[in-house]
Amino acid sequence: MAGAANAADAGFAADPYPSTYRPAASSTVLIRNATVLDGAGGRHDGADVLMQGGKIVAVGPNLAADGATVVDAQGRWVTPGLIDVHSHLGVYASPGVEAHQDGNEATDPVTSGVWAEHGVWPQDPGFSTALAGGITTLQILPGSANLIGGRGVTLRNVHATTMQAMKFPGAPHGLKMACGENPKRVYGGKGRAPSTRMGNVAGYRQAFADAQDYRGQWQKFERELADFGSKQSGKRRKGDDTDAPPQPPKRDLRLDTLVAAMDGDIQVHIHCYRADEMAIMLDLAREFGFKVAAFHHGVEAYKIADRLAAEGVCGALWADWWGFKLEAYDAIWENLAFVDAPANGCAIVHSDSEEGIQRLNQEAAKAMARGQRAGLDIPPERAIRWVTSNPARALGVAGQVGTLEPGKLADVVIWNRDPFSVYAQAERVYIDGALVYDRAAPPATPASDFLLGQPSAGGAR
Amino acid sequence: MNRSILGATAWLLALSLPAIAPAQDLLIRNATVHTLTERGTLEGTDVLVRGGRIASIGRGLAAAGATEIDARGRPLTPGLFGGITALGSIEISLEPSTVDNSPPRGPDSSQPPVELRPEFEAMLAYNPDSAVIGVNRVEGITFAMVAPSATPGAEVIAGQGAVARLDGSADAGQAASRTLFVDLGSKSSAAGVGRAAQFMLLDQAAREAKPPGAMRDGDFRLLTPAGRETLARYLGGGRIAFNVDRASDIRQVLAWCARQGAKPVIVGGAQAPQVASQLAAAGVPVILDPFVNLPDSFDKLGASLESAAQLQKAGVSIAFTYLNDGTHNARKLRQAAGIAVANGLAWDAALAAITANPAEIFGLGREFGRIAPGYAADLVLWSGDPLEVTTVAEQVWIAGQPQAMRSRQTELRDRYRPGTR
Repeated sequence: MAGAANAADAGFAADPYPSTYRPAASSTVLIRNATVLDGAGGRHDGADVLMQGGKIVAVGPNLAADGATVVDAQGRWVTPGLIDVHSHLGVYASPGVEAHQDGNEATDPVTSGVWAEHGVWPQDPGFSTALAGGITTLQILPGSANLIGGRGVTLRNVHATTMQAMKFPGAPHGLKMACGENPKRVYGGKGRAPSTRMGNVAGYRQAFADAQDYRGQWQKFERELADFGSKQSGKRRKGDDTDAPPQPPKRDLRLDTLVAAMDGDIQVHIHCYRADEMAIMLDLAREFGFKVAAFHHGVEAYKIADRLAAEGVCGALWADWWGFKLEAYDAIWENLAFVDAPANGCAIVHSDSEEGIQRLNQEAAKAMARGQRAGLDIPPERAIRWVTSNPARALGVAGQVGTLEPGKLADVVIWNRDPFSVYAQAERVYIDGALVYDRAAPPATPASDFLLGQPSAGGAR
Repeated sequence: MNRSILGATAWLLALSLPAIAPAQDLLIRNATVHTLTERGTLEGTDVLVRGGRIASIGRGLAAAGATEIDARGRPLTPGLFGGITALGSIEISLEPSTVDNSPPRGPDSSQPPVELRPEFEAMLAYNPDSAVIGVNRVEGITFAMVAPSATPGAEVIAGQGAVARLDGSADAGQAASRTLFVDLGSKSSAAGVGRAAQFMLLDQAAREAKPPGAMRDGDFRLLTPAGRETLARYLGGGRIAFNVDRASDIRQVLAWCARQGAKPVIVGGAQAPQVASQLAAAGVPVILDPFVNLPDSFDKLGASLESAAQLQKAGVSIAFTYLNDGTHNARKLRQAAGIAVANGLAWDAALAAITANPAEIFGLGREFGRIAPGYAADLVLWSGDPLEVTTVAEQVWIAGQPQAMRSRQTELRDRYRPGTR
């Protein structure tokens, strides 16, 4: 049985839809004389950035490289490519018509068997506008209608005809879970569980309890299989008849995902607004032995900033969204800054929006400025981590992207000025060292097939 | 003020600026004053406020007994417009018990005849104590359109809105600003009232409001008697705001308003740049959202960050609104203005689009939106460039009264500030 072999051999996180992404051809590029925020907490004034073979080689003064394409960045700022941990591009694509509602499999509160990547439409014009905002990596998540909505996928923000050609090689899947109002509204409205927060938690617990049982069945099967193998070889040696092999458990895609999350092979991302609910979810994680990578939306994360930092859980937050529902009523401007403040604090600016993803830098700027006014010391080299290395950490790709340290993938943005400004624009964006966006040389036609031949085609800039 | 559209419910709306107790005189010294008049921006300038209004602007002003504020060269602007909002009529968007900005549903909204209720007045629900107002006021928003939202099943005419001055008073509504709101295009189409049907319904409503001959009660299918009176007033030169994006729909609006004698304002207008010359020629303003550059519907194909600059260049009067929860985040409008600047709009024009222009568009151009003698002393002193995302409002005054720079959000901040718990 192929499924059995798959789950047993490659683990519950096996990926039969593998990345076909290949970096575009790149030359050696030397960016000269910029203000560089390296994403690791450093600021380098008047520095050069050298990229070669799609990797960062060095950041520092007076670098040289034979045959490099030199980009004069006098007066410009350079940062790592921005990373959004929470996007629905492709699954809630533009235009937002009925045919494009592919982000919530709102037919059952636990749909951990569905994968966002199977709903991603690569022609969503929002990928290009996000690229113009410096986004080089992004996670596409299922929506929050369900308690456990399914797997998220991390993409490279390159134009491609297939999802697989955008898929970040080697990035772990995400698991989307949701607290609070959305699941109970969706299912309570259908006259079924969950209709309360009590029902929400019972739903997560039952799902993970089922997953524990499922994992036990597989472990038992694997023991029996090993046992069977040694017994049969003994029988064969003696010339006895061999027994029928043990049968594997029935494959369950929902539980595969949950077991992979418990095994640490999938990053758990939880949509959760209220501080008290985040605390319950941390207990849930302990009960079932999984780690929460980030609470998303976390409008009240500031109320438990110390706890989040102590547990190593990131807060993926907006600068200013609030009030659209009661669990989003206690927003403050300083949320990101307060989550960032404790030792090991991990603040992330996320978008959840085709608009917001175009200017994560500005959202970070708002939160930085408000945090500074609240008395916190947040220089730009610190705040840039909220949109670079911290989201890389939550996605499990911090070894490859998120900083300009030597050896990292050469995802680089050249900004026309200090990126913490409403007037800042990305002038050039590199992914794996290849120039994928150049504001000075816009393409003659839009990247998205959908926009081709439409009124003012190319207007979506 | 435009008194012609005042109806039976005019008592709701202040006939003049709210009667706040006479404030102490205020002298703001040494500001960079963005007047939004032909005087432009004046550096190192003083502004004197008397009786809640701007008394004079100049250097070295003196006023015995006035409260003096040293602006230290920081920017001073008029109080900002908050856009087309539901401020004071929505507290929590997804809590129906706190959402009061839509006319009633018909007995069976899924079946014709459609019922249109132009007599609906959003300001009847206005709660000046809403925390949402406080959150936006400390960000420099001092006036906003409180607009109705069409009820699903009773699309096309949403009802009437008015500008509220966000001074916390019960009589915040500004009579001259009353506006009828009409929703056209894909939003109504998706709810089952297609575009041709929308204009058919508008024509029929107009016919009922201004019957050409003897019509009996049974002949009126869309409007109540109050609705007929209301719509008749707007067709007699009143202001009608059309939520509409597609160029072809905007052309139909211009033609319809020319036939009916109404004065249109385009709200949204994603494709307005395609018909910019017609809009400019007809003197029709556009209230747009500078964030919009993706087609969230087919009506918005071609939407661009450069729309504001293109419309301005074509001679169209522009103002800004934030379409994606512009109620709770009316405060995002100055970022919207900054984005328009980053995409080609002149800085002064962007500031005008959130001050003087919306005041003009809604009939309040002699009260709000400028710093000039006689104008309301609704002012904001900023920490830096008012369109910059790292800038904050240091002090807001309404009618010369300093507003407490606190909100529910600042209270929460101070309760949870690191090191305080």
